[in-house]
Amino acid sequence: MADDAQPVASSPSAPEPAGFPQSVAEVREALGRVGYLADEPAALVAYLAQRLGKPILVEGPAGVGKTELAKALSRATGRQLIRLQCYEGLDEAKALYEWNYRKQLLRIQAESADPSTPPGGSAGPDRQTGGDPRSPDPWADIFSEEFLLTRPLLQAIAATEPAVLLIDEIDKTDQEFEAMLLEVLSEFQISIPELGVITARTHPIVVLTSNNSRELTEALKRRCLYLWLDYPEVEREMEIVRLHSPEIDEQLARRLVEVVHMIRQLDLKKPPSIAESIDWARALLLLGADDLDRSVFERTMSIIVKHRSDLDVVAERVGLKLGEPSLGAEAAG
Amino acid sequence: MSRRPAGLAPRLLAFCEELRGEGVAVGSSEILDAFAALEAVPWKQEEDFREALAATIAKSQEDRRVFELLFDRFFFRASEAEALERGVGEGQRHEGGDRLDLDRLRESVRQAIADGRDGEMRDLARLAIAAFGRRGEGSGVIGVDVQRIRRALGLQSQAGSPEEPALDRDQINRFERHLRRELERALIERTEKLPPSRPLAELDRALPTSPAQDLAAVHRAVAQLKRRLATVGHEQRGRRRGAIVDVRRTMRASLDTGGVPLRLKHRPKHPRRPEIYVLCDVSTSVTSASVFFLSVLHALHDSFRKLRSFVFIERISEVTDIFERERDFRAISERIGREGGVADVSGYTDYGRVWLEFLEQIVDDLGPRSTVIVLGDARTNGREPHPEVFARVAERAGRTFWLNPEPRLYWNYGDSVMAAYEPHCTAAFECWTTRHLEEFVNVVAGGTPSGEA
Ligand SMILES: Nc1ncnc2c1ncn2[C@@H]1O[C@H](COP(=O)(O)OP(=O)(O)O)[C@@H](O)[C@H]1O
Ligand SMILES: [Mg+2]
Repeated sequence: MADDAQPVASSPSAPEPAGFPQSVAEVREALGRVGYLADEPAALVAYLAQRLGKPILVEGPAGVGKTELAKALSRATGRQLIRLQCYEGLDEAKALYEWNYRKQLLRIQAESADPSTPPGGSAGPDRQTGGDPRSPDPWADIFSEEFLLTRPLLQAIAATEPAVLLIDEIDKTDQEFEAMLLEVLSEFQISIPELGVITARTHPIVVLTSNNSRELTEALKRRCLYLWLDYPEVEREMEIVRLHSPEIDEQLARRLVEVVHMIRQLDLKKPPSIAESIDWARALLLLGADDLDRSVFERTMSIIVKHRSDLDVVAERVGLKLGEPSLGAEAAG
Repeated sequence: MSRRPAGLAPRLLAFCEELRGEGVAVGSSEILDAFAALEAVPWKQEEDFREALAATIAKSQEDRRVFELLFDRFFFRASEAEALERGVGEGQRHEGGDRLDLDRLRESVRQAIADGRDGEMRDLARLAIAAFGRRGEGSGVIGVDVQRIRRALGLQSQAGSPEEPALDRDQINRFERHLRRELERALIERTEKLPPSRPLAELDRALPTSPAQDLAAVHRAVAQLKRRLATVGHEQRGRRRGAIVDVRRTMRASLDTGGVPLRLKHRPKHPRRPEIYVLCDVSTSVTSASVFFLSVLHALHDSFRKLRSFVFIERISEVTDIFERERDFRAISERIGREGGVADVSGYTDYGRVWLEFLEQIVDDLGPRSTVIVLGDARTNGREPHPEVFARVAERAGRTFWLNPEPRLYWNYGDSVMAAYEPHCTAAFECWTTRHLEEFVNVVAGGTPSGEA
C-alpha cells in the first residue's frame, strides 16, 4: 500500500527495529505465528503502538486475551517481556526500584567489623572517583547500582534491548500510582536521588490492561491508544480453540463454541471466557466425547461455569436445550 | 491508489467537534494522534480507517458507542465514493425477468450472518434491498424498511433447526446495520443529498447507567405519586353504584351447575383500594431504559401495597412476587432476567400479544380505581399492534399512563406506533430521566395533563 509506506511523524527516539512488522496485516500474521489470533482492531492497535510509540490500554472482561496479547507481542518481536502485575497497595518500591537494605546493612557491618580492610578497598575501588582514599564514604558506596533492586518499570527503562512492558491489571492500583506511572510513561526516565536520572535507551512497547473494575484517569487514557477486547465471534473463537486443541473435530468445536456463546447471553456472575472454551475442548478430548449432548454437558459444565448459582442457571437454561445422547440434533424449540 | 482526500482534515476536525458536543473528551492530543494514525494506515481500508480513529479518539466503551453513532454520518461520503469507484451500485440490479431466487438469497444471507462475514453481508444487503426494497417506493422511513426486509428474509433469532442454525440477536443486528447503511446510500443516490444530521438520541446518553445512582430520586418521585394516587378512587365513586352483575364470573361459576347460572356474581360494591398495574418492556430496544424502569418499579413496590407488576417482551410475565420477596435491586434484576419467563426468544417486543395476554389475565380485576402504567417504547417490530385491545384495557381502567423512554421526536418514527396507543391514554410522557419522572408525577398530581393527552 502506497499510503502505508509514508514516513510517520512519530517520536524520532523510537527507531523501528528491523524485526517489527511493517503493516497491520503483517502484525496479524506475526501474532498468528506465535499462537495469538488477533482480530483486525487488535492487530491495528498493536501496529499503531509501534508506529506512534504510544502505550496500548486494553480493556475488556476477564479471559479475552488481554494479557496474552502482550505476551504474544513479545514472542512475535523476539523482545523480552517485562511484566508488572498490579495489585491493591502496589507501590513504587515494587514497581520502580528499592534499595536492598539487607545487603547494605551487611556491607556496613562487614566494613566496621573488619578494621584490616583497607579503606575503600573492597568496596568498589573504581567507584571512588576523585575521592580521598583515606576517608571512604560507605554511605555513598552503598547507594550504588550494586545495591539497587530494579523492579519492572526501571528494568524496562534501563533495558539495553527494546522490550515489551506489560502493566497488567492497572485498575487494581490507585490513582496515585497511576500518576506516577503516567510520569514514567511520558518522560521515559526515572530519577533516583542517589544515582541520578536513568533515561531510556530503547523504547519499549507498553501494554496496560484493565478489567474495568474502575475508571482510569483521563490523563492516563489520553496518553494511550485504546483497545476494547470483547469475547470473540464464533468463527474466531473456534479458530482459537482449534489452535489450542488441533485434534478436536471441527463440528464439535463449533458446537462447543456455540454453546459457550449461548451461556454468555445469560446474566451470569462469571461468564465463561476464551480460557474456559479452551479448557472445555481439552476435557472433551480427554473424555473422547464426539458430540455435545446433554449428558456430556452435565458432566463437564463445571469446567466452564464456576459459580454455584451460575451452575443452576446454566443447567436449567442451556442443559435442557441440548439433545438427548442418541440424537445428534438440537431439540431446542 | 487514490490520495487522501483534501477534505478529510476539516471533516475530521468537525467530527471531533461533534464528539465533544456529545461529551466525549477529545483533546488536541487525541486529534494529533488521530492524524498520525491515519498517516500510518491505508485510509481506504474502511475498517482500518475506522479503528485507527477509534483507538486514538474513543477511550472507553461509552465513547466508542457515541463514536459509532456519529462515524457513518461523517465519513459516509468517503465510503460512498469508494463504492462508486468499485462500480457497485446501479449497474448490478436484477431486473424484471431475471428474478432473484428468493430462497437462495435467504439462505445466503443466513449463512453470511452466521459466519459473520461483513463484506458479504454488505453485498447481500444490497441484493435484498433490490429484491424486497421496492426501491423508490419504500416507506420513506429507513427504520421501517429495514424491519420489513428483515421480516421478508425470515430473520428471527429463535428459528434454530438442524438445517438452519439459530442466529442470535447481535448477529441479526449486524446485518440490520448493513441494511440501514445501504438504504441510506440508496436514498442519497436518489435525492443527491446527505441525510439530515439528526440529534443523537439523547436517551442513549442520559440514562442512568447504574440504577443505584438515581434510585433515591426515583424513590422520591414515586413517594409523591403515591400521595396523589391515594385520592384517586374517591372522585369516581359515583360512577358505578349498586350491584353490577359480573357476567364473566357468573358464567364461570355456572360451570359447576351444568352451565345454568344459578349464582349471580356481582362486581364488588366497595371501591377497591387504589390499584396499580405496571407493565414494563424489558426488551433489547429499551435495554438501558429497562434498568431505569426496573428501578421505578422497585420504588413503586416499596410505596404501594396494591401493586401488580408485569414485564414483557414477546409475552407477559407477572413479577409482583419477585419484587415483594427480594429487596436488593441487583438480585431483582437478576431474577427477572432468569425467571421472568417473558419468552425472550426473538427479543422483539410483541405489543399486540402483550395486550391480549394482559387483558386475559386481569380483565376481572380492572376497574375505575385501577391505574395502568405502561413503560415502553411502543416499537412493535412490524407486528400487529392491536390498538383496539389496548383501548379496551384503557377503557376498563380508571386511568392509563404511558411512559416512553424515547424523546417525543422519535415517536412514530420507524416501527414506533405510539400514535396508535396515545389517544387511549389519560396521558403519555417521555420518560428517561428522574427529572421526567418527576414531571410525570407533577402532572398527575396537579391534574393538568398540559395538553399531553
Ligand atoms: N486471540 C487469542 N488467540 C489465542 N489464544 C487466546 C486468544 N485470546 C485469548 N486466548 C487464550 O485465552 C487465555 C486467557 O487469556 P488472558 O490473556 O489470560 O485473558 P485476560 O488477560 O484478558 O484476562 C490465554 O491463556 C490464551 O491461551
Ligand atoms: Mg489478564
